[in-house]
Amino acid sequence: MAPIISIAGVSKTYDTGFTALKTVNLDIERGEIFALLGPNGAGKTTLISIVCGIVNRSSGTVTVDGHDIGSDYRAARSLIGLVPQELTVEAFETVANALAFSRGLFGRPADPAFVEKVLKDLSLWDKRDAKIITLSGGMKRRVMIGKALAHEPRILFLDEPTAGVDVELRKDMWAMVRALRDSGVTIILTTHYIEEAEEMADRVGVINHGEIVLVEDKTELMRKLGRKQLTVQLRDPLRTVPEALAAYRLDLSPDGGTLTYTYDNQADRPGVASLLRDLESAGLAFRDVDTQASSLEEIFVNLVRKTP
Amino acid sequence: MSRHAANPRAVWAIYKVEMARTLRTVMQSVISPVISTSLYFVVFGAAIGSRISEINGISYGAFIVPGLIMLSLLTQSISNASFGIYFPKFVGTIFEILSAPVSYLEVVLAYVGAAATKSVAIGLIILATAALFVPLHIEHPFWMVAFLLLTAITFSLFGFIIGIWARSFEQLQLVPLLIVTPLTFLGGSFYSIDMLPGVWRTITLFNPVVYLVSGFRWAFFGHADVSLAVSLTMTLVFLAACIAVIAWIFRTGYRLKT
Repeated sequence: MAPIISIAGVSKTYDTGFTALKTVNLDIERGEIFALLGPNGAGKTTLISIVCGIVNRSSGTVTVDGHDIGSDYRAARSLIGLVPQELTVEAFETVANALAFSRGLFGRPADPAFVEKVLKDLSLWDKRDAKIITLSGGMKRRVMIGKALAHEPRILFLDEPTAGVDVELRKDMWAMVRALRDSGVTIILTTHYIEEAEEMADRVGVINHGEIVLVEDKTELMRKLGRKQLTVQLRDPLRTVPEALAAYRLDLSPDGGTLTYTYDNQADRPGVASLLRDLESAGLAFRDVDTQASSLEEIFVNLVRKTP
Repeated sequence: MSRHAANPRAVWAIYKVEMARTLRTVMQSVISPVISTSLYFVVFGAAIGSRISEINGISYGAFIVPGLIMLSLLTQSISNASFGIYFPKFVGTIFEILSAPVSYLEVVLAYVGAAATKSVAIGLIILATAALFVPLHIEHPFWMVAFLLLTAITFSLFGFIIGIWARSFEQLQLVPLLIVTPLTFLGGSFYSIDMLPGVWRTITLFNPVVYLVSGFRWAFFGHADVSLAVSLTMTLVFLAACIAVIAWIFRTGYRLKT
């Protein structure tokens, strides 16, 4: 199936001379949750803004469901909903009117029943007649999501959707995003919360210095790049690691009581079972054994560090 | 939505929001200009005007009515349109307009349409207010309405340009205060340019507001400082210039898109 968004050779150099994007190529698959990760200033928001029509690209092409964002912008934009990073809402407008405005702006006929459903899904129905200025930050964020959903988009961009949102609301939003994906909406989210990507994304893209460093299925990425650690609590402390175990390149804790073995699925290093056998052969008794897998955050940090 | 389909719902949505803002701020938007214009009538029409002789057979109180309406129309058109587009830029909600399936023409139509509607409404309210102070007879009602609409649209377009150009509230006020208001006061709102000494009469002809006031006054009294054709032509030239600048702004994304 053709990708729902196709970004080909897109670059962006601002008038100041700053190059925010260097020849980005990226396809977003239909119905997926795609997490775009990157440090501050990596080019995430610029890329989203180009696709949504807010920033002019310097070169390249972008199509949304086959519609070019330049020559066929109406069709392309009508498919997209955007929740920007900043809390930018009409402070003196009521919640219901704000959603009705967004729906009209995207050319959809008034549909109070649909607006009601969106407001109820976002737990904003009770606040429908409240002026936005009177709402809390979390509620304003939900209003912005409601506005982005008001025209029933097939693609939803969430730029740092849970920034400044408390844990409970964040989990509510995750549930809502999953429900949207289940209804067929494609979600592209940028986030600083790696756990958010780890929790929700189907695929992960990493952008750094305006370049896509990696695009990978999340599970596959964690399998390929994820490291594991085996920690062995020794019954009797050691002064040094025995020569017989040198191949494992073990780390000995300062108190000599813990051996740590770091390995990954790609490395050509002996496995856990052989280590345990060799520990026994070396006469080392242990009290406890623990394993840990590295998180997406560690993978991300490693990737970004590697990029010059 | 088909490739070339227009988006009238977007125009209506923006227009409604802009008009709703006026109703929310009715004291500032409508009542305030009416009060200040009424004060002009009291001071220049009744107090000082009674000591000024007739101009072209028209009492001074009645003579200044077209000029006062034009003064309000210009300032209101500019301030409504400039604030209308500047405010979303200032608070950041402009992203929604830029990312919507709406053409530049539709955006201009909505913002300028709303600004012009408000200023025409204020112009008509001032006209009704003036009728309470001085006897009024409109010689050419069609042309009066035509000049009212043309001026409201032209200066709303001009205000729209200022709103896009402005990067701060100070800049937003700069052009109206330092350029438009002096031009309006020196554009024959309160006097006939025939009353000026020779060289100043020539200089004042470079002031575009002269043609607006003159054409509007002709519609009221059948007398004007310059001919109707010249007034109309100059107004249309200014309108065309504003349209050209806005077309350029949207083509380049000037101060809207980076």
